[in-house]
Amino acid sequence: MSAAVEIRARRGRRNPALIVGLALLGLLGGIAVFAPYLAPFDPESYDIQQIMGAPSWTHPFGSDVLGRDVMSRIFHGLRVSLLVSLSAVAASLLVAVPLGLLAGYFGSWVDSAISRFLDMILVLPAMLLAITFIAILGPGSAVAALAIAVIYLPILARVMRTSTLVVTRNDYVLGARARGASHLRVIVGHVAPNALGPVIVQASVLSAFAMQLEAGLSFLGLGTQPPTPSLGGMLSDGRDVLTVAPWVEIFPGLAIMAAVLAFTFIGAGLREAFDPAGVSE
Amino acid sequence: MAELLQVTGLCKSYPAAGPWFRRRRAVAVDDVSLSVARGRTLGLVGESGSGKSTLGRCILGLTRPERGSVLFDGTEVQDLSGKARSEFRRRVQPVFQDPWGSLDPRWPVGRSVREALDCFGIGTPRDRAARVRDLFDRVGLDPALAHRRPDTLSGGQRQRVAIAAALASEPDLIIADEPVSALDMSVQAQILNLFMDLQSDLGVAAIFITHDLGVVEHVSDAVAVMYRGRLVETGDTDQVMGAPRHDYTRTLLAAIPRPRHLA
Repeated sequence: MSAAVEIRARRGRRNPALIVGLALLGLLGGIAVFAPYLAPFDPESYDIQQIMGAPSWTHPFGSDVLGRDVMSRIFHGLRVSLLVSLSAVAASLLVAVPLGLLAGYFGSWVDSAISRFLDMILVLPAMLLAITFIAILGPGSAVAALAIAVIYLPILARVMRTSTLVVTRNDYVLGARARGASHLRVIVGHVAPNALGPVIVQASVLSAFAMQLEAGLSFLGLGTQPPTPSLGGMLSDGRDVLTVAPWVEIFPGLAIMAAVLAFTFIGAGLREAFDPAGVSE
Repeated sequence: MAELLQVTGLCKSYPAAGPWFRRRRAVAVDDVSLSVARGRTLGLVGESGSGKSTLGRCILGLTRPERGSVLFDGTEVQDLSGKARSEFRRRVQPVFQDPWGSLDPRWPVGRSVREALDCFGIGTPRDRAARVRDLFDRVGLDPALAHRRPDTLSGGQRQRVAIAAALASEPDLIIADEPVSALDMSVQAQILNLFMDLQSDLGVAAIFITHDLGVVEHVSDAVAVMYRGRLVETGDTDQVMGAPRHDYTRTLLAAIPRPRHLA
Protein backbone atom coordinates (compact mmCIF):
# COMPACT_ATOMS: atom_id res chain seq x y z
CA MET A 1 0.00 0.00 0.00
CA SER A 2 2.82 2.41 0.78
CA ALA A 3 4.15 1.83 -2.72
CA ALA A 4 0.75 2.72 -4.09
CA VAL A 5 0.68 5.90 -2.04
CA GLU A 6 4.14 6.86 -3.28
CA ILE A 7 3.11 6.29 -6.87
CA ARG A 8 -0.01 8.34 -6.37
CA ALA A 9 2.05 11.21 -5.06
CA ARG A 10 4.41 11.02 -8.00
CA ARG A 11 2.06 10.42 -10.86
CA GLY A 12 -1.28 11.35 -9.37
CA ARG A 13 -2.12 14.08 -11.79
CA ARG A 14 -1.53 11.93 -14.84
CA ASN A 15 -3.24 8.85 -13.44
CA PRO A 16 -6.95 9.50 -13.03
CA ALA A 17 -7.81 5.78 -13.07
CA LEU A 18 -5.74 5.20 -9.93
CA ILE A 19 -7.29 8.19 -8.14
CA VAL A 20 -10.87 7.21 -8.99
CA GLY A 21 -10.17 3.59 -8.00
CA LEU A 22 -8.54 4.48 -4.70
CA ALA A 23 -11.30 6.97 -3.86
CA LEU A 24 -14.00 4.41 -4.59
CA LEU A 25 -12.21 1.69 -2.65
CA GLY A 26 -11.64 4.13 0.20
CA LEU A 27 -15.36 4.86 0.31
CA LEU A 28 -16.35 1.17 0.20
CA GLY A 29 -13.59 0.22 2.65
CA GLY A 30 -14.70 2.98 5.03
CA ILE A 31 -18.28 1.70 4.88
CA ALA A 32 -17.06 -1.87 5.49
CA VAL A 33 -14.86 -0.95 8.44
CA PHE A 34 -17.45 1.28 10.13
CA ALA A 35 -20.48 -0.79 9.12
CA PRO A 36 -21.66 -1.35 12.73
CA TYR A 37 -21.76 2.42 13.29
CA LEU A 38 -23.03 3.46 9.86
CA ALA A 39 -25.76 0.87 9.41
CA PRO A 40 -29.10 2.30 10.56
CA PHE A 41 -30.51 -1.14 11.52
CA ASP A 42 -29.31 -4.51 12.73
CA PRO A 43 -28.64 -6.46 9.48
CA GLU A 44 -30.09 -9.66 10.89
CA SER A 45 -33.23 -8.41 12.68
CA TYR A 46 -36.62 -8.95 11.03
CA ASP A 47 -39.43 -6.44 10.78
CA ILE A 48 -42.68 -8.10 9.68
CA GLN A 49 -44.22 -4.69 8.91
CA GLN A 50 -41.47 -4.06 6.37
CA ILE A 51 -41.45 -7.27 4.30
CA MET A 52 -40.33 -6.27 0.79
CA GLY A 53 -40.82 -2.63 1.74
CA ALA A 54 -40.01 -0.21 -1.06
CA PRO A 55 -37.14 2.29 -0.64
CA SER A 56 -38.19 5.09 1.72
CA TRP A 57 -36.56 7.71 3.98
CA THR A 58 -36.14 5.19 6.82
CA HIS A 59 -35.09 2.33 4.50
CA PRO A 60 -33.28 4.08 1.59
CA PHE A 61 -32.59 0.79 -0.24
CA GLY A 62 -35.84 -0.84 0.83
CA SER A 63 -36.12 -4.06 2.81
CA ASP A 64 -35.96 -7.72 1.82
CA VAL A 65 -38.29 -10.74 1.96
CA LEU A 66 -37.80 -11.05 5.73
CA GLY A 67 -38.17 -7.31 6.31
CA ARG A 68 -34.46 -6.71 6.92
CA ASP A 69 -33.00 -3.33 5.98
CA VAL A 70 -31.17 -3.79 2.63
CA MET A 71 -28.77 -0.88 3.20
CA SER A 72 -27.64 -2.21 6.57
CA ARG A 73 -27.16 -5.64 5.06
CA ILE A 74 -25.11 -4.22 2.18
CA PHE A 75 -22.88 -2.35 4.63
CA HIS A 76 -22.22 -5.52 6.60
CA GLY A 77 -22.06 -7.62 3.44
CA LEU A 78 -19.33 -5.39 2.02
CA ARG A 79 -17.38 -6.01 5.20
CA VAL A 80 -17.51 -9.78 4.70
CA SER A 81 -16.95 -9.71 0.93
CA LEU A 82 -13.99 -7.30 1.06
CA LEU A 83 -12.43 -9.19 3.95
CA VAL A 84 -12.75 -12.54 2.17
CA SER A 85 -11.44 -11.33 -1.19
CA LEU A 86 -8.62 -9.18 0.17
CA SER A 87 -7.38 -11.78 2.64
CA ALA A 88 -7.56 -14.40 -0.13
CA VAL A 89 -5.38 -12.27 -2.43
CA ALA A 90 -3.00 -11.40 0.43
CA ALA A 91 -2.61 -15.05 1.43
CA SER A 92 -2.02 -16.00 -2.19
CA LEU A 93 0.64 -13.29 -2.57
CA LEU A 94 2.36 -14.44 0.60
CA VAL A 95 3.03 -17.84 -0.99
CA ALA A 96 3.24 -16.82 -4.66
CA VAL A 97 5.90 -14.13 -4.28
CA PRO A 98 8.53 -16.36 -2.61
CA LEU A 99 7.77 -19.23 -5.01
CA GLY A 100 8.08 -16.98 -8.06
CA LEU A 101 11.29 -15.44 -6.72
CA LEU A 102 12.88 -18.84 -6.09
CA ALA A 103 11.83 -20.23 -9.48
CA GLY A 104 12.95 -17.17 -11.43
CA TYR A 105 16.17 -16.55 -9.53
CA PHE A 106 17.60 -20.05 -9.26
CA GLY A 107 16.19 -21.50 -12.48
CA SER A 108 17.15 -25.09 -13.42
CA TRP A 109 15.53 -27.82 -11.30
CA VAL A 110 14.15 -25.41 -8.69
CA ASP A 111 12.24 -23.65 -11.46
CA SER A 112 11.08 -26.94 -13.00
CA ALA A 113 9.80 -28.28 -9.67
CA ILE A 114 7.94 -25.10 -8.76
CA SER A 115 6.55 -24.54 -12.25
CA ARG A 116 5.23 -28.11 -12.58
CA PHE A 117 3.60 -27.82 -9.15
CA LEU A 118 1.89 -24.59 -10.24
CA ASP A 119 0.78 -26.19 -13.53
CA MET A 120 -0.95 -28.90 -11.51
CA ILE A 121 -3.16 -26.28 -9.87
CA LEU A 122 -3.57 -24.29 -13.05
CA VAL A 123 -5.06 -27.15 -15.10
CA LEU A 124 -8.03 -27.41 -12.74
CA PRO A 125 -10.97 -25.12 -13.56
CA ALA A 126 -11.29 -22.39 -10.91
CA MET A 127 -14.89 -23.09 -9.90
CA LEU A 128 -14.29 -26.85 -9.73
CA LEU A 129 -11.29 -26.30 -7.49
CA ALA A 130 -13.31 -24.03 -5.20
CA ILE A 131 -16.20 -26.50 -4.99
CA THR A 132 -13.78 -29.34 -4.23
CA PHE A 133 -12.37 -27.40 -1.30
CA ILE A 134 -15.85 -26.66 -0.02
CA ALA A 135 -16.90 -30.30 -0.46
CA ILE A 136 -13.97 -31.36 1.72
CA LEU A 137 -13.90 -28.57 4.30
CA GLY A 138 -17.56 -27.53 4.30
CA PRO A 139 -19.00 -24.15 3.23
CA GLY A 140 -18.01 -20.89 4.88
CA SER A 141 -16.21 -17.57 4.42
CA ALA A 142 -12.81 -18.86 5.47
CA VAL A 143 -12.98 -21.85 3.13
CA ALA A 144 -14.07 -19.56 0.27
CA ALA A 145 -11.05 -17.35 0.98
CA LEU A 146 -8.74 -20.38 1.03
CA ALA A 147 -10.17 -21.65 -2.26
CA ILE A 148 -9.70 -18.26 -3.92
CA ALA A 149 -6.14 -18.06 -2.58
CA VAL A 150 -5.27 -21.46 -4.07
CA ILE A 151 -6.88 -20.57 -7.42
CA TYR A 152 -4.77 -17.41 -7.63
CA LEU A 153 -1.52 -18.97 -6.45
CA PRO A 154 -0.28 -20.20 -9.85
CA ILE A 155 -1.35 -17.00 -11.62
CA LEU A 156 0.46 -14.70 -9.21
CA ALA A 157 3.50 -16.97 -8.88
CA ARG A 158 3.93 -17.08 -12.66
CA VAL A 159 3.83 -13.31 -12.96
CA MET A 160 6.39 -13.07 -10.16
CA ARG A 161 8.57 -15.70 -11.82
CA THR A 162 8.53 -13.86 -15.15
CA SER A 163 9.47 -10.49 -13.71
CA THR A 164 12.13 -12.16 -11.54
CA LEU A 165 13.63 -13.73 -14.67
CA VAL A 166 13.83 -10.31 -16.29
CA VAL A 167 15.33 -8.59 -13.25
CA THR A 168 17.82 -11.39 -12.52
CA ARG A 169 19.36 -10.87 -15.95
CA ASN A 170 20.57 -7.42 -14.92
CA ASP A 171 24.26 -6.99 -14.29
CA TYR A 172 23.64 -5.47 -10.86
CA VAL A 173 22.44 -8.88 -9.68
CA LEU A 174 25.62 -10.56 -10.92
CA GLY A 175 27.62 -7.64 -9.59
CA ALA A 176 26.08 -7.97 -6.13
CA ARG A 177 27.16 -11.62 -6.04
CA ALA A 178 30.68 -10.55 -6.97
CA ARG A 179 30.56 -7.93 -4.21
CA GLY A 180 30.07 -10.74 -1.74
CA ALA A 181 26.29 -10.59 -1.25
CA SER A 182 24.62 -13.89 -0.34
CA HIS A 183 21.75 -15.24 -2.49
CA LEU A 184 19.29 -14.18 0.21
CA ARG A 185 20.75 -10.69 0.31
CA VAL A 186 20.62 -10.38 -3.48
CA ILE A 187 17.00 -11.60 -3.61
CA VAL A 188 15.75 -9.40 -0.79
CA GLY A 189 17.86 -6.34 -1.61
CA HIS A 190 17.89 -6.27 -5.40
CA VAL A 191 15.59 -8.78 -7.08
CA ALA A 192 12.39 -8.57 -5.04
CA PRO A 193 12.06 -4.76 -4.94
CA ASN A 194 12.67 -4.50 -8.69
CA ALA A 195 10.42 -7.43 -9.61
CA LEU A 196 7.36 -6.71 -7.44
CA GLY A 197 5.65 -4.15 -9.70
CA PRO A 198 3.85 -6.51 -12.11
CA VAL A 199 2.63 -8.85 -9.37
CA ILE A 200 1.14 -5.93 -7.43
CA VAL A 201 -0.70 -4.87 -10.57
CA GLN A 202 -1.90 -8.42 -11.14
CA ALA A 203 -3.00 -8.75 -7.51
CA SER A 204 -5.17 -5.64 -7.71
CA VAL A 205 -6.77 -6.87 -10.93
CA LEU A 206 -7.39 -10.28 -9.35
CA SER A 207 -8.97 -8.62 -6.30
CA ALA A 208 -11.77 -7.56 -8.63
CA PHE A 209 -12.27 -11.15 -9.74
CA ALA A 210 -12.01 -12.31 -6.12
CA MET A 211 -15.02 -10.11 -5.28
CA GLN A 212 -16.96 -11.80 -8.06
CA LEU A 213 -15.79 -15.28 -7.09
CA GLU A 214 -16.74 -14.72 -3.46
CA ALA A 215 -20.12 -13.38 -4.53
CA GLY A 216 -20.56 -16.37 -6.85
CA LEU A 217 -19.74 -18.89 -4.14
CA SER A 218 -22.05 -17.18 -1.65
CA PHE A 219 -24.78 -17.00 -4.30
CA LEU A 220 -24.50 -20.78 -4.67
CA GLY A 221 -24.66 -21.11 -0.88
CA LEU A 222 -21.06 -22.35 -0.72
CA GLY A 223 -19.42 -19.23 0.69
CA THR A 224 -20.61 -17.04 3.53
CA GLN A 225 -23.48 -18.74 5.32
CA PRO A 226 -26.80 -17.09 6.25
CA PRO A 227 -27.85 -15.27 8.33
CA THR A 228 -24.49 -13.44 8.04
CA PRO A 229 -25.06 -10.97 5.21
CA SER A 230 -22.90 -11.23 2.11
CA LEU A 231 -23.37 -9.53 -1.24
CA GLY A 232 -23.58 -12.82 -3.14
CA GLY A 233 -26.05 -14.26 -0.64
CA MET A 234 -28.23 -11.17 -0.99
CA LEU A 235 -28.31 -11.63 -4.76
CA SER A 236 -29.51 -15.15 -4.17
CA ASP A 237 -32.27 -13.91 -1.79
CA GLY A 238 -33.40 -11.26 -4.24
CA ARG A 239 -33.59 -13.53 -7.26
CA ASP A 240 -37.04 -14.93 -6.34
CA VAL A 241 -38.62 -11.51 -5.86
CA LEU A 242 -36.94 -9.75 -8.76
CA THR A 243 -40.25 -8.71 -10.34
CA VAL A 244 -42.06 -7.61 -7.16
CA ALA A 245 -39.19 -6.11 -5.14
CA PRO A 246 -36.31 -5.41 -7.53
CA TRP A 247 -34.46 -3.30 -4.92
CA VAL A 248 -33.58 -6.46 -3.00
CA GLU A 249 -31.54 -7.54 -6.04
CA ILE A 250 -30.42 -4.26 -7.57
CA PHE A 251 -28.64 -2.62 -4.63
CA PRO A 252 -26.38 -5.56 -3.68
CA GLY A 253 -25.61 -5.94 -7.39
CA LEU A 254 -24.59 -2.29 -7.59
CA ALA A 255 -22.38 -2.73 -4.51
CA ILE A 256 -20.55 -5.66 -6.14
CA MET A 257 -20.20 -3.67 -9.31
CA ALA A 258 -18.74 -0.69 -7.44
CA ALA A 259 -16.18 -2.87 -5.66
CA VAL A 260 -15.16 -4.66 -8.87
CA LEU A 261 -14.90 -1.31 -10.62
CA ALA A 262 -12.72 0.10 -7.82
CA PHE A 263 -10.23 -2.77 -8.04
CA THR A 264 -10.24 -2.68 -11.84
CA PHE A 265 -9.49 1.04 -11.87
CA ILE A 266 -6.72 0.58 -9.31
CA GLY A 267 -5.28 -2.26 -11.37
CA ALA A 268 -5.32 -0.17 -14.53
CA GLY A 269 -3.81 2.80 -12.71
CA LEU A 270 -1.06 0.72 -11.11
CA ARG A 271 -0.28 -0.91 -14.42
CA GLU A 272 0.32 2.46 -15.97
CA ALA A 273 2.60 3.44 -13.09
CA PHE A 274 4.41 0.20 -12.32
CA ASP A 275 4.38 -1.96 -15.36
CA PRO A 276 4.10 0.04 -18.56
CA ALA A 277 5.62 -2.86 -20.48
CA GLY A 278 2.72 -5.10 -19.49
CA VAL A 279 4.51 -8.10 -17.96
CA SER A 280 1.47 -8.81 -15.79
CA GLU A 281 -0.88 -9.19 -18.76
CA MET B 1 54.43 -18.34 -8.96
CA ALA B 2 54.59 -14.83 -10.35
CA GLU B 3 51.29 -15.01 -12.15
CA LEU B 4 48.28 -13.61 -10.31
CA LEU B 5 45.83 -15.47 -12.50
CA GLN B 6 46.48 -18.63 -14.44
CA VAL B 7 43.71 -20.10 -16.59
CA THR B 8 44.38 -23.52 -18.11
CA GLY B 9 42.29 -25.46 -20.63
CA LEU B 10 39.01 -23.78 -19.71
CA CYS B 11 35.84 -25.08 -21.44
CA LYS B 12 32.25 -23.92 -21.06
CA SER B 13 29.19 -24.69 -23.17
CA TYR B 14 25.50 -23.92 -22.88
CA PRO B 15 22.55 -26.10 -23.89
CA ALA B 16 21.33 -24.94 -27.29
CA ALA B 17 17.70 -24.97 -28.37
CA GLY B 18 16.26 -28.14 -29.85
CA PRO B 19 14.41 -31.33 -28.90
CA TRP B 20 15.95 -33.06 -25.89
CA PHE B 21 17.03 -36.21 -27.77
CA ARG B 22 19.34 -34.34 -30.08
CA ARG B 23 20.08 -31.22 -28.15
CA ARG B 24 23.48 -29.84 -28.97
CA ARG B 25 25.52 -27.70 -26.69
CA ALA B 26 26.75 -24.34 -27.87
CA VAL B 27 30.41 -24.07 -27.03
CA ALA B 28 31.17 -20.64 -25.61
CA VAL B 29 34.72 -21.18 -24.38
CA ASP B 30 36.88 -23.91 -25.88
CA ASP B 31 40.16 -24.88 -24.25
CA VAL B 32 41.35 -21.41 -23.30
CA SER B 33 44.59 -20.85 -21.42
CA LEU B 34 45.93 -17.47 -20.40
CA SER B 35 47.65 -15.72 -17.54
CA VAL B 36 47.81 -12.28 -15.98
CA ALA B 37 50.72 -11.03 -13.86
CA ARG B 38 50.27 -8.74 -10.87
CA GLY B 39 49.53 -5.15 -11.81
CA ARG B 40 49.43 -5.95 -15.53
CA THR B 41 46.57 -5.54 -17.98
CA LEU B 42 45.46 -8.16 -20.45
CA GLY B 43 43.28 -7.07 -23.31
CA LEU B 44 40.83 -9.81 -24.30
CA VAL B 45 39.58 -9.09 -27.79
CA GLY B 46 36.98 -10.74 -29.98
CA GLU B 47 33.72 -10.12 -31.80
CA SER B 48 30.41 -10.47 -29.99
CA GLY B 49 29.58 -14.11 -29.33
CA SER B 50 33.22 -15.12 -29.28
CA GLY B 51 32.96 -16.22 -25.65
CA LYS B 52 34.91 -13.44 -24.01
CA SER B 53 32.17 -12.49 -21.54
CA THR B 54 31.62 -16.14 -20.58
CA LEU B 55 35.34 -16.46 -19.96
CA GLY B 56 35.16 -13.38 -17.74
CA ARG B 57 32.31 -14.85 -15.72
CA CYS B 58 34.14 -18.14 -15.27
CA ILE B 59 37.15 -16.28 -13.91
CA LEU B 60 34.91 -14.29 -11.55
CA GLY B 61 33.55 -17.57 -10.23
CA LEU B 62 30.00 -16.60 -11.26
CA THR B 63 29.74 -19.38 -13.83
CA ARG B 64 31.12 -22.86 -13.38
CA PRO B 65 33.32 -24.09 -16.23
CA GLU B 66 33.00 -27.71 -17.38
CA ARG B 67 36.70 -28.37 -17.65
CA GLY B 68 39.95 -26.63 -16.98
CA SER B 69 41.32 -24.76 -14.04
CA VAL B 70 41.40 -21.19 -12.83
CA LEU B 71 44.26 -20.56 -10.44
CA PHE B 72 44.13 -17.28 -8.57
CA ASP B 73 47.25 -16.51 -6.58
CA GLY B 74 48.12 -20.18 -6.78
CA THR B 75 44.75 -21.52 -5.54
CA GLU B 76 42.10 -23.31 -7.59
CA VAL B 77 39.06 -21.01 -7.64
CA GLN B 78 36.48 -23.77 -8.17
CA ASP B 79 37.49 -25.54 -4.96
CA LEU B 80 37.03 -22.47 -2.76
CA SER B 81 34.26 -22.37 -0.20
CA GLY B 82 33.19 -20.35 2.79
CA LYS B 83 35.67 -17.72 3.96
CA ALA B 84 38.23 -18.44 1.25
CA ARG B 85 35.60 -17.99 -1.45
CA SER B 86 34.48 -14.72 0.05
CA GLU B 87 38.10 -13.53 0.20
CA PHE B 88 38.54 -14.48 -3.47
CA ARG B 89 35.39 -12.51 -4.32
CA ARG B 90 36.80 -9.51 -2.49
CA ARG B 91 40.00 -9.67 -4.52
CA VAL B 92 38.45 -10.10 -7.98
CA GLN B 93 35.86 -7.52 -8.98
CA PRO B 94 33.86 -6.93 -12.17
CA VAL B 95 33.03 -3.77 -14.10
CA PHE B 96 30.23 -4.35 -16.58
CA GLN B 97 29.49 -2.94 -19.97
CA ASP B 98 26.17 -1.31 -19.53
CA PRO B 99 26.14 1.38 -16.85
CA TRP B 100 22.33 1.28 -17.11
CA GLY B 101 22.16 -2.35 -16.03
CA SER B 102 25.03 -2.56 -13.60
CA LEU B 103 23.54 -0.27 -10.93
CA ASP B 104 20.31 -1.08 -9.09
CA PRO B 105 17.84 1.59 -10.29
CA ARG B 106 16.25 1.77 -6.84
CA TRP B 107 19.44 2.26 -4.88
CA PRO B 108 21.18 5.58 -4.35
CA VAL B 109 24.53 5.13 -6.11
CA GLY B 110 26.44 5.61 -2.84
CA ARG B 111 24.76 2.49 -1.51
CA SER B 112 25.88 0.52 -4.58
CA VAL B 113 29.47 1.61 -3.95
CA ARG B 114 29.10 0.70 -0.29
CA GLU B 115 27.61 -2.74 -1.00
CA ALA B 116 30.94 -4.56 -1.12
CA LEU B 117 32.07 -2.92 2.13
CA ASP B 118 28.88 -4.06 3.86
CA CYS B 119 28.91 -7.58 2.44
CA PHE B 120 32.59 -8.23 3.12
CA GLY B 121 32.36 -6.52 6.50
CA ILE B 122 35.17 -4.07 5.76
CA GLY B 123 35.62 -1.39 8.44
CA THR B 124 33.10 0.10 10.86
CA PRO B 125 29.96 1.76 9.51
CA ARG B 126 31.60 5.15 10.02
CA ASP B 127 34.73 4.07 8.10
CA ARG B 128 32.55 2.84 5.27
CA ALA B 129 30.85 6.20 4.81
CA ALA B 130 34.24 7.89 4.70
CA ARG B 131 35.54 5.28 2.28
CA VAL B 132 32.60 5.83 -0.06
CA ARG B 133 33.41 9.58 -0.12
CA ASP B 134 37.07 8.75 -0.86
CA LEU B 135 36.08 6.45 -3.69
CA PHE B 136 33.85 9.10 -5.24
CA ASP B 137 36.80 11.49 -5.11
CA ARG B 138 39.10 8.92 -6.64
CA VAL B 139 36.91 8.36 -9.68
CA GLY B 140 36.39 12.09 -10.13
CA LEU B 141 32.82 12.35 -8.88
CA ASP B 142 31.35 14.85 -6.43
CA PRO B 143 30.57 12.84 -3.24
CA ALA B 144 27.30 14.75 -3.06
CA LEU B 145 26.10 12.60 -5.98
CA ALA B 146 26.10 9.57 -3.66
CA HIS B 147 22.48 10.24 -2.72
CA ARG B 148 21.27 10.33 -6.32
CA ARG B 149 19.69 7.44 -8.14
CA PRO B 150 21.36 6.09 -11.31
CA ASP B 151 18.67 7.48 -13.63
CA THR B 152 19.67 11.02 -12.67
CA LEU B 153 23.31 10.48 -13.71
CA SER B 154 24.93 10.48 -17.15
CA GLY B 155 26.41 7.32 -18.69
CA GLY B 156 29.95 8.45 -17.92
CA GLN B 157 29.05 9.26 -14.32
CA ARG B 158 27.42 5.88 -13.89
CA GLN B 159 30.44 4.09 -15.23
CA ARG B 160 32.59 6.05 -12.77
CA VAL B 161 30.26 4.86 -10.01
CA ALA B 162 30.60 1.28 -11.28
CA ILE B 163 34.39 1.58 -11.20
CA ALA B 164 34.24 3.03 -7.66
CA ALA B 165 32.05 0.06 -6.62
CA ALA B 166 34.57 -2.38 -8.09
CA LEU B 167 37.46 -0.65 -6.29
CA ALA B 168 35.67 -0.53 -2.92
CA SER B 169 36.97 -3.88 -1.69
CA GLU B 170 40.56 -3.11 -2.79
CA PRO B 171 40.73 -5.92 -5.34
CA ASP B 172 43.91 -7.29 -6.94
CA LEU B 173 42.22 -8.04 -10.25
CA ILE B 174 39.46 -6.22 -12.09
CA ILE B 175 37.56 -7.86 -14.90
CA ALA B 176 36.18 -5.09 -17.05
CA ASP B 177 33.68 -6.41 -19.61
CA GLU B 178 33.35 -3.83 -22.41
CA PRO B 179 33.44 -1.00 -19.86
CA VAL B 180 33.41 1.80 -22.42
CA SER B 181 31.57 0.47 -25.44
CA ALA B 182 28.21 1.86 -24.28
CA LEU B 183 29.65 5.38 -23.93
CA ASP B 184 30.21 8.29 -26.30
CA MET B 185 33.67 8.57 -27.84
CA SER B 186 34.73 11.59 -25.76
CA VAL B 187 33.51 9.95 -22.55
CA GLN B 188 35.23 6.70 -23.54
CA ALA B 189 38.60 8.45 -23.54
CA GLN B 190 37.94 9.97 -20.10
CA ILE B 191 36.95 6.63 -18.60
CA LEU B 192 39.91 4.83 -20.18
CA ASN B 193 42.32 7.44 -18.81
CA LEU B 194 40.70 7.21 -15.38
CA PHE B 195 41.05 3.43 -15.55
CA MET B 196 44.75 3.61 -16.39
CA ASP B 197 45.44 6.27 -13.74
CA LEU B 198 43.76 4.15 -11.09
CA GLN B 199 45.66 1.07 -12.21
CA SER B 200 49.02 2.75 -11.97
CA ASP B 201 48.09 4.33 -8.60
CA LEU B 202 46.71 1.19 -7.03
CA GLY B 203 48.68 -1.50 -8.84
CA VAL B 204 45.54 -3.46 -9.74
CA ALA B 205 45.78 -6.08 -12.47
CA ALA B 206 43.00 -6.11 -15.04
CA ILE B 207 41.45 -8.13 -17.81
CA PHE B 208 39.98 -5.68 -20.25
CA ILE B 209 37.36 -7.39 -22.39
CA THR B 210 36.50 -5.53 -25.58
CA HIS B 211 35.74 -5.91 -29.26
CA ASP B 212 37.79 -2.84 -30.05
CA LEU B 213 41.52 -3.34 -30.70
CA GLY B 214 41.98 0.41 -30.62
CA VAL B 215 40.97 0.44 -26.95
CA VAL B 216 43.26 -2.51 -26.22
CA GLU B 217 46.22 -0.77 -27.81
CA HIS B 218 45.56 2.14 -25.44
CA VAL B 219 45.29 0.28 -22.14
CA SER B 220 46.85 -3.16 -22.16
CA ASP B 221 50.29 -4.71 -21.78
CA ALA B 222 49.32 -7.98 -23.42
CA VAL B 223 46.58 -9.04 -25.82
CA ALA B 224 44.62 -12.27 -26.21
CA VAL B 225 42.45 -12.59 -29.30
CA MET B 226 39.40 -14.86 -29.11
CA TYR B 227 37.52 -16.25 -32.06
CA ARG B 228 34.60 -18.66 -31.74
CA GLY B 229 35.51 -19.64 -28.20
CA ARG B 230 39.18 -20.26 -28.90
CA LEU B 231 42.23 -18.15 -28.29
CA VAL B 232 43.81 -17.62 -31.69
CA GLU B 233 46.65 -15.34 -30.70
CA THR B 234 48.31 -14.07 -27.55
CA GLY B 235 51.31 -11.88 -26.95
CA ASP B 236 52.55 -8.48 -25.92
CA THR B 237 50.42 -5.64 -27.25
CA ASP B 238 53.17 -4.22 -29.47
CA GLN B 239 53.94 -7.59 -30.94
CA VAL B 240 50.32 -8.51 -31.71
CA MET B 241 49.44 -5.08 -33.03
CA GLY B 242 52.70 -4.73 -34.99
CA ALA B 243 53.02 -8.19 -36.45
CA PRO B 244 49.77 -10.15 -36.14
CA ARG B 245 50.22 -13.81 -36.96
CA HIS B 246 46.61 -14.92 -37.25
CA ASP B 247 44.31 -13.91 -40.11
CA TYR B 248 41.53 -13.03 -37.73
CA THR B 249 43.74 -10.59 -35.81
CA ARG B 250 44.68 -8.95 -39.12
CA THR B 251 40.99 -8.57 -39.96
CA LEU B 252 40.33 -6.97 -36.58
CA LEU B 253 43.28 -4.64 -36.99
CA ALA B 254 42.12 -3.60 -40.42
CA ALA B 255 38.76 -2.66 -38.87
CA ILE B 256 40.27 0.07 -36.68
CA PRO B 257 39.48 3.40 -38.30
CA ARG B 258 42.67 5.47 -38.71
CA PRO B 259 43.23 8.85 -40.33
CA ARG B 260 44.63 8.22 -43.81
CA HIS B 261 47.69 10.46 -43.55
CA LEU B 262 48.96 8.41 -40.60
CA ALA B 263 48.52 5.04 -42.22
